[in-house]
Amino acid sequence: MTVLRYTRTAMLLHWLIAVLILGLFGLGIYMAGLPLSPQKLKLYSYHKWAGITVLTLALLRVLWRITHKPPPLPASQPHWQQLAAHAGHGLLYVLIFAAPISGWLMSSALGFPVVWFGVLPLPDLIAKNKELGELLKLVHQYLNYSFLAIVVGHALAAIKHQWLDRDGTLSRMLPTLNPEENRS
Amino acid sequence: MKRLLLPALLLASFSAHAVEYSNVIAEKSQIVFTSKQMGVPVDGKFGKFAATLNFDPAKAEAAKAQIDIDLASVDAGSKDANDEVVGKGWFNVKEFPKARFATTSVKALGNNRFEAKGQMTIKGKTREMTVPFSYKADGANGVFEGTLPLQRTQFGIGEGPWADTSVVADEVPIKFRLVASPGTAAKK
Repeated sequence: MTVLRYTRTAMLLHWLIAVLILGLFGLGIYMAGLPLSPQKLKLYSYHKWAGITVLTLALLRVLWRITHKPPPLPASQPHWQQLAAHAGHGLLYVLIFAAPISGWLMSSALGFPVVWFGVLPLPDLIAKNKELGELLKLVHQYLNYSFLAIVVGHALAAIKHQWLDRDGTLSRMLPTLNPEENRS
Repeated sequence: MKRLLLPALLLASFSAHAVEYSNVIAEKSQIVFTSKQMGVPVDGKFGKFAATLNFDPAKAEAAKAQIDIDLASVDAGSKDANDEVVGKGWFNVKEFPKARFATTSVKALGNNRFEAKGQMTIKGKTREMTVPFSYKADGANGVFEGTLPLQRTQFGIGEGPWADTSVVADEVPIKFRLVASPGTAAKK
């Protein structure tokens, strides 16, 4: 079946971010429960570096999305499903920014600024404030639980369309060996 | 009381030229530090310390100072860190509650800059330290600001896995700001 696909750049950004945020969810949940140790400090730093990387990639992705029209959803999809897909994607776009920004805000408020990859100090978004920092920690946590839930829904929907409905929805985000079908 | 005021003011203006600061005002003074964790600067401070000082800017060579820091009063930037650094692998405050810096000599560098040499004692280890500091007059008080260039591993601050300076940097500069009033205005 010939499907209209996303551009290769869009695919690369999608899957790169997907891998990073899945890793970040896991790392975030794991590291938060650790007792203080050098290992914990390292993991927190890696988490923050990866989170800022996601934020940067998300910016690129939105710029790319604005300038490159995505392929249409399969016409066989019911209208309500198309609406749900658009709403879900909208939320994912919001959370892809909100999640790392809430982490950055929380780091600033708690007095642990972000130094990207240990070399590039990022400005503090807000001044040090313990109470606000604790609040932002919760915000970061619950935003990410919501994010994770929507990501799971997004993945299940893609799987359902690809292998139950066989309408080629997921193929649009997968590269193909057929050079005719590739957009770059 | 009013009759005493004028002579007191006169005395103060005379002694301004040869004043010796000897009463450290704790509420106006502070000792802070910046640790670096994975390249991230994290501010901390010591809430309790006692400092004695004899400093006449005209006779800096005769100056003396001693700072005793109550290590349990540390704020290392987070509750987790505070609980950790008072423990055995770090300050071990149960056995070594205080850090002491005592000057052995002071040299004037000109332009109200000075250099103190002294001995820093933490966790039973004593090391020589050179401490640059500045002095300025603030009304009747003298303000002394400088940095103790502490290298934590020299004192065994952060042992075992924490000795890894790629996670927590060896250099933990301790910045002090001591405000002292002249001895003649001593309040007992």
